[in-house]
Amino acid sequence: MLELRDLYKTFNPGTVNEKRAIDGLSLTLEDGDFVTIIGGNGAGKSTVLNLISGAIPLDSGSICLDGKDITSLPEFKRAKYLGRVFQDPMMGTAATMGIEENLALANRRGARRGLRPGITSQERVRYREQLASLGLGLETRMTSKVGLLSGGQRQALTLLMATLKKPRLLLLDEHTAALDPKTADKVLQLTEEIVSRDSLTTLMVTHNMKQAIQYGNRLIMMDAGRIVVDIRGQEKKDLTVRDLLEKFNIENDRMLLSE
Amino acid sequence: MLANILGSLATVPGALPGAVAQGLIWGIMAIGVYITFRVLDIADLTVDGSLGTGGAVCIMLMLLGCNVWLAMLGAVIAGLLTGLMTGVFHTFMGIPAILAGILTQLSLYSINLKIMGKANQAINVDKYSLLVSLRWVRKAMLNNPLIMVAIIIVILIAFLYWFFGTELGSGLRATGANPNMSRAQGINTDLNKVLGLMVSNALVAFSGALLSQYQGFADVNMGRGAIVIGLAAVIIGEAIFGRIFRNFALRLLAVVFGSIIYYVVIQIVIQLGLDANLLKLLSALVVAVFLAVPYWKSRYFRRGVKVRKEAE
Ligand SMILES: Nc1ncnc2c1ncn2[C@@H]1O[C@H](COP(=O)(O)OP(=O)(O)OP(=O)(O)O)[C@@H](O)[C@H]1O
Ligand SMILES: [Mg+2]
Repeated sequence: MLELRDLYKTFNPGTVNEKRAIDGLSLTLEDGDFVTIIGGNGAGKSTVLNLISGAIPLDSGSICLDGKDITSLPEFKRAKYLGRVFQDPMMGTAATMGIEENLALANRRGARRGLRPGITSQERVRYREQLASLGLGLETRMTSKVGLLSGGQRQALTLLMATLKKPRLLLLDEHTAALDPKTADKVLQLTEEIVSRDSLTTLMVTHNMKQAIQYGNRLIMMDAGRIVVDIRGQEKKDLTVRDLLEKFNIENDRMLLSE
Repeated sequence: MLANILGSLATVPGALPGAVAQGLIWGIMAIGVYITFRVLDIADLTVDGSLGTGGAVCIMLMLLGCNVWLAMLGAVIAGLLTGLMTGVFHTFMGIPAILAGILTQLSLYSINLKIMGKANQAINVDKYSLLVSLRWVRKAMLNNPLIMVAIIIVILIAFLYWFFGTELGSGLRATGANPNMSRAQGINTDLNKVLGLMVSNALVAFSGALLSQYQGFADVNMGRGAIVIGLAAVIIGEAIFGRIFRNFALRLLAVVFGSIIYYVVIQIVIQLGLDANLLKLLSALVVAVFLAVPYWKSRYFRRGVKVRKEAE
């Protein structure tokens, strides 16, 4: 359903800071795939997700979603197909707007925004239910400004916003990395629930090898802008952290630490 | 000395209606500034030019025989175009917002001169049926600027309240609040910035149209320093009413109150004998200090601010 073909991306070309972030990367996802992506700092994980979402422009290559070439669509148009949660909890929500207003914005992703009301009372009822299902007590604070929420609450809300209108593809970029372990677990659990409930095709970047093994049906490891490991099916199911470490000789401190 | 001060203060009530009328008219302009500065998070300097454009277009159309409402509509359309110009400079041509505004402002100086044919165009209140005039500021009539502009402001705020509650208006607010998130939610942030700049400058030009009628002339320099007055109104309004006015419509009203307070204070200061030539310097310094307050707070009183935020 998603097909990345020969993606290249170089930052600051022709300067001393020239950096080839993505180096001829190709990847094909099947409908319903839940892929975890690991790799050291600077491997290019975030860049891949940003290329897919159109947040940064591609140098060359093509991106097809459901057989449709979206390579030249601007970011706001691709948003129709994509749900995104970022590493930084500040990034996915509008802090000065209310919780329900943020949800109403997300509910109109991909639709024309005209002069109809920005939020209706039926929507409020629905949002209240959906917020209650997060189990964070947000349903009683519907009009509170999002800026008053904790990082974990904001990430849970962003996740809800990303999936409120079912996306074709869910992009999660270390969306639990900024949270304390307990909150991170909670948000991951929510992620798992929502992804399996709606059978969403998902790309999830993580630094935690345990998570990468525990979640999803396919695991990808990136290094220097390429995919160096791609494990799926039974092999993925049987995978242990030790296997990964041994097999691929990982020498990344951050990954070892989070084992 | 004291008797002197008291003596000059005694003349203030007489000058008050004029100051309030000016405050009301500039309040519309300040609402425009609020939309760019607070909602869109852009400091738009176009306003120094578009205020004059509104005045020039309105006066010239009336001199050509247009009905006053038609002339005002012309001013609003001209204002929309000035916002479009800055918006295109900023989004399509990638010029930083402040610079984009300065470029438009500068070109509007020529354009305003061209519209009027000279630097100043007067309109005779006896020969043309104006909407407001400073002559009527003490008269018990609908065309008393205090009444007329107040009614117009209520209608404008009601319209803006509705607009910013629509899907389009919400998208505009989101664009200012978090452009990243907005694009991720499918909002065309460039388009929304242009739209916001257009709406803002339409209000500013509308205010300019009223102002030129009120004072009986349009002048190529009438908008000089308008951005500072607009910011002063926004800041004063927030400082005094920010804690009690939470609703969007009330926030806009606070901006108008801020503008009125600004003009009343200026009036008092002038009556006390301050050199009128120093006014702009004074306004600029006051605005500078108020703009610095949030920065100082975050820098030197970080904890205090945080605690208060959580208490809310
Ligand atoms: N906007 C940018 N400008 C310049 N270089 C960039 C930019 N974004 C990323 N890079 C560089 O591209 C490379 C890949 O970055 P990317 O953020 O994709 O890595 P990552 O795998 O997400 O790493 P991390 O685990 O630290 O998040 C890095 O070397 C980074 O320095
Ligand atoms: Mg990253």
